[in-house]
Amino acid sequence: MNAPGALDRRAVVAALLHEPGDLLVVTGLGAPGYDAAAAGDQALNFYLWGAMGGAAMVGLGLALAQPDRRVLVLTGDGEMLMGIGSLATIAVAGAPNLAIAVLDNGRYGETGAQHSHTAQGTDLAAVASACGWRSTATAFTMAEVEALRARLLSEPLFAVIRISPAESPRALPPRDGAHLADRFRRALGVTPP
Amino acid sequence: MSQPSWQEAVYAALKAARITQVGYVPDAGHAHLIAAAITDADMRAIVLTTEEEGIALAAGAWLGGQRAALLMQSSGVGNCINMLSLPVNCRMPLLTLVTMRGEWGEFNPWQVPMGRATPAVLTAAGVHVHRADHPGEAAETVAAAAALAFDSAVPVAVLFGQRLIGAKVFVQ
Repeated sequence: MNAPGALDRRAVVAALLHEPGDLLVVTGLGAPGYDAAAAGDQALNFYLWGAMGGAAMVGLGLALAQPDRRVLVLTGDGEMLMGIGSLATIAVAGAPNLAIAVLDNGRYGETGAQHSHTAQGTDLAAVASACGWRSTATAFTMAEVEALRARLLSEPLFAVIRISPAESPRALPPRDGAHLADRFRRALGVTPP
Repeated sequence: MSQPSWQEAVYAALKAARITQVGYVPDAGHAHLIAAAITDADMRAIVLTTEEEGIALAAGAWLGGQRAALLMQSSGVGNCINMLSLPVNCRMPLLTLVTMRGEWGEFNPWQVPMGRATPAVLTAAGVHVHRADHPGEAAETVAAAAALAFDSAVPVAVLFGQRLIGAKVFVQ
């Protein structure tokens, strides 16, 4: 068993998304979306409310389409595990403007806090490294999170952030997918091609 | 490998539809398209570990202002079902080209269940299904599917019949 992390997820995400500038953010379903909404809902946040396992690949398609913008995927350990193959796909594709931060509490928080694989020995940073990611990191303290922030905004980095399994109050972002996609594209200035 | 002209025409239809990202899980029936996409400086060919990755890739491309296509075999359609909630729910285009197995002259019984279920499964998941069984109709079907997908913002699949591709022959 891996010891649970200690970091407060809201404090972590607030630090990562502080003054996001023109950062493009994709969140995996569940609490990472609530965390991003609590840090400040904005049009350049695209929240998945389902499509479990797809967050990282949405980030890849977006990063390839917008090579001059930074893309950050914020997701949980359960969501990343379901899309684990995409770690190989993204490493092989190579997207220098894409980073992934996994908020790892070792739990399936939406469904009763059942232990995920990362609570029981699976190390997603090691998986990413084995898939070909050249830059991986794991953060256990807020000082390490602060140091990661600059890297997440400048490198193709895969980072695991060990957060506490404690639940935070719900902060629900909009969940109409068509609305979220439309406002994102408008904010990005993407005209209907 | 021979490169039938219908495949070249299909590639030209993708170019005309301004597709710039191509996600694929390899299939012999898509070999020409995959090779063409890899060597095209204006395209990104992305090899996937499983087909649903390509649904999410296409969604990200659309968010970023590009158009993607997903190439797969009918056996991969089943892998995509839940991920199809993404384009359906977000009213996004999706263009996928599916080479059929498990029908015309199939030798492998393991291909039959998913091949037989493919059109119904796609339809049930909210995908518009077009089909091409003859070389002369392949490219125009892809062009029409691309127009429907990107102009009307809906998911569309084009099934390339096994009769079109040629039944795979198993040689012992």
